[in-house]
Amino acid sequence: MSVDAPSARARGRVSGAARPGGIVVHELDVWFGEGRDRVEAVRAASIDVAAGESFGLVGESGSGKSTILRALVGLVPTWRGTLAIGEESLGRRRSRAFHHTVQMVFQDPYASLHPRHSVDQLLHETLRLHGFRDVDARIVRLLADVGLDARFRFRYPHQLSGGQRQRVAIARALASEPDVLLLDEPTSALDVSVQAEILNLLTDLRAARGLTFLMVSHDLAVVGHLCERVAVMERGVIVEVLDVAALRAREARHPYTQRLLVSSLGHDRAQSLRTS
Amino acid sequence: MSTSPEGGSPAERVPAEAPLLEVENLRVSFPARQGRIEAVRGVSFTLGRERLGIVGESGSGKSLTGRSVLRLVAPPGRVEADAIRLQGEDLLGLSERRMRDVRGGRISMVMQDPKFSLNPVMRVGEQIMEAYAVHGRHRRRDTRRRALEMLESVAINDPERVFRAWPHEMSGGMGQRIMIAMMLIPDPDILIADEPTSALDVTVQAQVLAILDRLVSERGMGLMFISHDLGLVSTFCDRVLILYAGRVVETCRADRLHEATHPYTRGLLGSLPRLDAPRARLDVLQRDPAWLDDGAA
Repeated sequence: MSVDAPSARARGRVSGAARPGGIVVHELDVWFGEGRDRVEAVRAASIDVAAGESFGLVGESGSGKSTILRALVGLVPTWRGTLAIGEESLGRRRSRAFHHTVQMVFQDPYASLHPRHSVDQLLHETLRLHGFRDVDARIVRLLADVGLDARFRFRYPHQLSGGQRQRVAIARALASEPDVLLLDEPTSALDVSVQAEILNLLTDLRAARGLTFLMVSHDLAVVGHLCERVAVMERGVIVEVLDVAALRAREARHPYTQRLLVSSLGHDRAQSLRTS
Repeated sequence: MSTSPEGGSPAERVPAEAPLLEVENLRVSFPARQGRIEAVRGVSFTLGRERLGIVGESGSGKSLTGRSVLRLVAPPGRVEADAIRLQGEDLLGLSERRMRDVRGGRISMVMQDPKFSLNPVMRVGEQIMEAYAVHGRHRRRDTRRRALEMLESVAINDPERVFRAWPHEMSGGMGQRIMIAMMLIPDPDILIADEPTSALDVTVQAQVLAILDRLVSERGMGLMFISHDLGLVSTFCDRVLILYAGRVVETCRADRLHEATHPYTRGLLGSLPRLDAPRARLDVLQRDPAWLDDGAA
């Protein structure tokens, strides 16, 4: 696959006019608490993801990257600004159609699957909620799509490894045949060899289904692998948006991005002695 | 590596070339429905005044190896070894009472998450002073001064404020520095750090690593650095042991990790996404049952 094509497409189009599956976040503020306890978690954040593009949000814990995803799916009530996915401008509540189009995969597959529902029950319920009739055939197909064979269908989460659980979580997200996947640190709870399998799976699924990805990660190498463009967040503010090609060429301008780049290469003894 | 040191008095400093710690044929097992599960299967290594990385995936036995050295594996887990020698003295033969002096006093341990290691209902300063009191008799004014010095030595700018603070007021990086300060009070010869920076953001991680680095180079401590992060270990450590299914499959110089030869190590390296070497797909590790029997000790 070509790395540059989608980002060229992103640049070539009119900003703000979302195409099907595209994501627009414009001047987004998100806050928690009231009065003296009020925390501005995201401040005036704007990103613009083209349909079919894979876009990464990186930053440290508390920088607000996951909060943007949560605002998009409607898990945070306190926000202002413009949010749109595809044709749909988003308000306080999310429509049924929205959940067909947009699905989310969470970091911890141990916490995001019901411990007393088998894989079959979990997918069955999800497919029913989305109004599908041919549930049985779809479950078989979904499991095959995420690389799990039929014997996993009647297992419970505790009978699965971390990687297999994350595959089930991805199958659940794919059940509604979405255009957009919001990925919140989808591999950071996994061993590197398992992470490689899940990243390959996401690459394949995106190519096969033309999915749009918005992925949150603290790992620049993972974002660089899966995404074409990256927004770097620090304390609720997007400090820089750049192409992954520029990231690779170390053309980051903001000092914070440069610091992240240095850290992503492992420990730099000379550097750390200077700053400590 | 040189052979075992002469059996002199344990207080005597061993020459720098002799290993601080020798572990021979360590085995850890747990009872299961059928027989016992062997989590560590014959691990041997030596630790000098160096940064020794121990890497592996979850379940490889790397944390159990660290805990076994301190005899912290609780029953029904069973720890066996031909020898675990600290400066020539066999730890396996020590009474539980003598072992308590070794823990913290001569070998200290820093865990992954400071949130679970600090006492939440005790001010930071009190906890450090307590650690100091346990390891010797001192006047209260002295312990207070030492505690403040310790906080300063781990790059805490405002030790007086941190001294009075509660653990929940501290960030992760600050908490980890406090843990390290506490571990250093009895001036241990060996520090076992189990994923000490995995819960920290990358920029904070760099500061904590710099502190650990200085302890090895300035105090001549031996550091067992347990981690799942190959990139980090290869740039931070001097030597690396690679564990797979409870065995050491490969030992190499950290800066030569990219030249590692064992197919498991090669597979792990190939599965890492890299900013400087983009690929459409990552290599997927094909596990070979024969690796279970490999034992390059």
